[in-house]
Amino acid sequence: MDEKTLKGIIEEVMKEMALVGAAAPAGKPAGRSEHGTTTLMISEGGQAERGTNPREVVIALAPAFGGKQTQTIIGLPHDQVLKEICAGIEEEGLSHRIIRSFKTADVGFIAHEAAKLSGSGIGIGIQSRGTTVIHQKDLPPLSNLELFSQSPLIDLETFRAIGKNAAKYAKGESPSPVPVRNDQMARPKYQAIAALLHIKETQLLDPQKKTQELRVDYR
Amino acid sequence: MKSKRFEALDARPVNQDGYVTEWPEVGLMAMNSPNDPKPSIRIEAGKVVELDGKQRADFDMIDTFIADYGIRLDNAEAVCKMDSLDLARKLVDINVPRAEVVKLTTSMTPAKITEVVGTMTVLEMMMAVAKMRARLTPANQCHVTNLKDNPVQIAADAAEASLRGFAEEETTVGIGRYAPFNAMAIMVGAQVGRPGILTQCAVEEATELNLGMRGFTAYAETVSVYGTEAVFMDGDDTPWSKAFLASCYASRGLKMRFTSGTGSEVQMGYAEGKSMLYLESRCIYITKAAGSQGIQNGSVSCVGVPAAVPGGIRAILAENLIAMALDLECASSNDQTFTHSDLRRVARSLMQFVPGTDFICSGYSATPNYDNMFAGSNWDADDYDDWLIIQRDLKVDGGLVPVLEADVVAARNKAAKALQAVFKNLGLTEITDAEVEAATYARGSQDMPARNVVEDLKSAEDMMKRGTTGVDIVKALSKGGYEDVAAAVFGMLKQRVAGDYLHTSAILTRDFEVISAVNQPNDYRGPQTGYQISDEKWAILQNIRQAISPESI
Repeated sequence: MDEKTLKGIIEEVMKEMALVGAAAPAGKPAGRSEHGTTTLMISEGGQAERGTNPREVVIALAPAFGGKQTQTIIGLPHDQVLKEICAGIEEEGLSHRIIRSFKTADVGFIAHEAAKLSGSGIGIGIQSRGTTVIHQKDLPPLSNLELFSQSPLIDLETFRAIGKNAAKYAKGESPSPVPVRNDQMARPKYQAIAALLHIKETQLLDPQKKTQELRVDYR
Repeated sequence: MKSKRFEALDARPVNQDGYVTEWPEVGLMAMNSPNDPKPSIRIEAGKVVELDGKQRADFDMIDTFIADYGIRLDNAEAVCKMDSLDLARKLVDINVPRAEVVKLTTSMTPAKITEVVGTMTVLEMMMAVAKMRARLTPANQCHVTNLKDNPVQIAADAAEASLRGFAEEETTVGIGRYAPFNAMAIMVGAQVGRPGILTQCAVEEATELNLGMRGFTAYAETVSVYGTEAVFMDGDDTPWSKAFLASCYASRGLKMRFTSGTGSEVQMGYAEGKSMLYLESRCIYITKAAGSQGIQNGSVSCVGVPAAVPGGIRAILAENLIAMALDLECASSNDQTFTHSDLRRVARSLMQFVPGTDFICSGYSATPNYDNMFAGSNWDADDYDDWLIIQRDLKVDGGLVPVLEADVVAARNKAAKALQAVFKNLGLTEITDAEVEAATYARGSQDMPARNVVEDLKSAEDMMKRGTTGVDIVKALSKGGYEDVAAAVFGMLKQRVAGDYLHTSAILTRDFEVISAVNQPNDYRGPQTGYQISDEKWAILQNIRQAISPESI
């Protein structure tokens, strides 16, 4: 197969993705939110260090989050997602630090990396499509405090609740877990798209690159 | 103008599903990819030096593992040179016995067996499944979960599922820390419904092993393997670490099987441009090489990926067939939702339902799908009568039997009460009479009162710290006056000392007798051979509550 045919296929797939994305949540146009659109400006600030502040929660982003990809699988803009998580943490009076992982796109490991670097030992990992985990540093990597595995079901309200609960764990509290949601028809509708998004995320992995501290601006 | 016919078609459930065109370069292709390797094997001094076009120096860890442990070498070079079409015909041919085919298939390389099944239609594969399934009698497995992780409901649903005929029952969690309660609840509930039902709790691997070692579960299934090195490493694993985990279970006398499925590698972004079936065939060979007695496969949780590409449902049947051809127990998926269309979901399941497999579904949701914490099953509790009537229509034993409402209500009530006694006598959080009553009559968790989740999680954690084991559950049941249930749970614990149910495709009767591929091997050789529905069983299967008898009019 030559490059031209391949490009044609990619374009076709992307077109289909756009179609499904647009048809998804409550008729919201993909890429915009009702709160108005800002642009997420992310820059790297060197290798991420282990924090010493016991009142921080570390948020680790997958390689494409807010960069090559700009919205979750249901079209929530990444800037809104990040704002909600941070707002949830701030509501509990804690601070947040944002890092990016390049070694893995597995959300369990991303979250565990965040937890290990977090001064409180609590971290949040998030993939570009929206899959999110709250993790604690002394748990096995594939275990977790809370897992939100069905990315099409995670709305902005849930992202805020995730930030809030992570902060509560960091303070040593035992919060009620964010209510689990389930939609048996998420897989038929979204799984192939999720695969495409994830393929594109893993294409950005760089096993040699250390986890980076991030500076985040919303413009 | 918009066509009214297309408008109606667009509104059909089938058009809610996601579909994508093939993209062979990233492995978004079900079978027969132009990038799949050509079969080859070369053996020097008893060692594989070339496998499927790769020299040993170029092997990745999966190639090495399969080459060293996964293939019967004495005849491997000769079998590899045989015509794949001839081999496929032997798989289908009723005149070639299963044992003879197994000698050939277990000598094949992953690329060879992929090429062989790649020549077959789904009808031919179904014929082959009827012959190659390891255990004579087909069976079924269910999921017992709910959105609230309510243990009382799990116990009641598990008891009902046992009455309905499931041989194995599987739970999982919404919140990880609920695992010990869910595992206890499904075990107690299942034994109330019918002694000898195997139960498991699918959670993170270390927790799952811990629950098994304590005697909270009877088997494990969520030991996942993958067809490319990168996906393995993404999970911090190797074939050797999975083999080690398998032997941990074996050493404690616990049944276990691996899990894999088409689409997982492309789902995780590392398919190396190979077809989903070729990569899955590598997973099945890893399973064989690790010494696991069986596998759950058929795409499983990745089913949305093969189902979205052409020929994907055919590939799922093909992977089940490869597992059986390698003489493994096969729990053949038919579990997770992949479509909004009732027509598509039945068509997909007929592939395994008609020929019969060791576990046709793995599993069938024993709750309504809104409570299915594996993100929905292809079949759920609201489909029970459809399944029973399709069995009756086709005269197929799909593992379920008709039940009476009064029996179900009684079993649910007893299971909820038995779990109430266990919680009380182990000093756990309270289960109220109101919860018992609700679980007795519930359809799902929407009918259950809310529990105090924070208290439950503390209580479960505390119980684990105290070192509570299955024997403590037996004592708690006995103290609560549930001697029969205590005896059944104790019977399950004794199984792991005997270890007989570690044989391929093992399930247990109500008297704890093992039925497996060893003492009841599949001997299908065409019409009137192999598994035949007995007159007694047929009388049970046809006796559905909806049927009107001519005498009554």
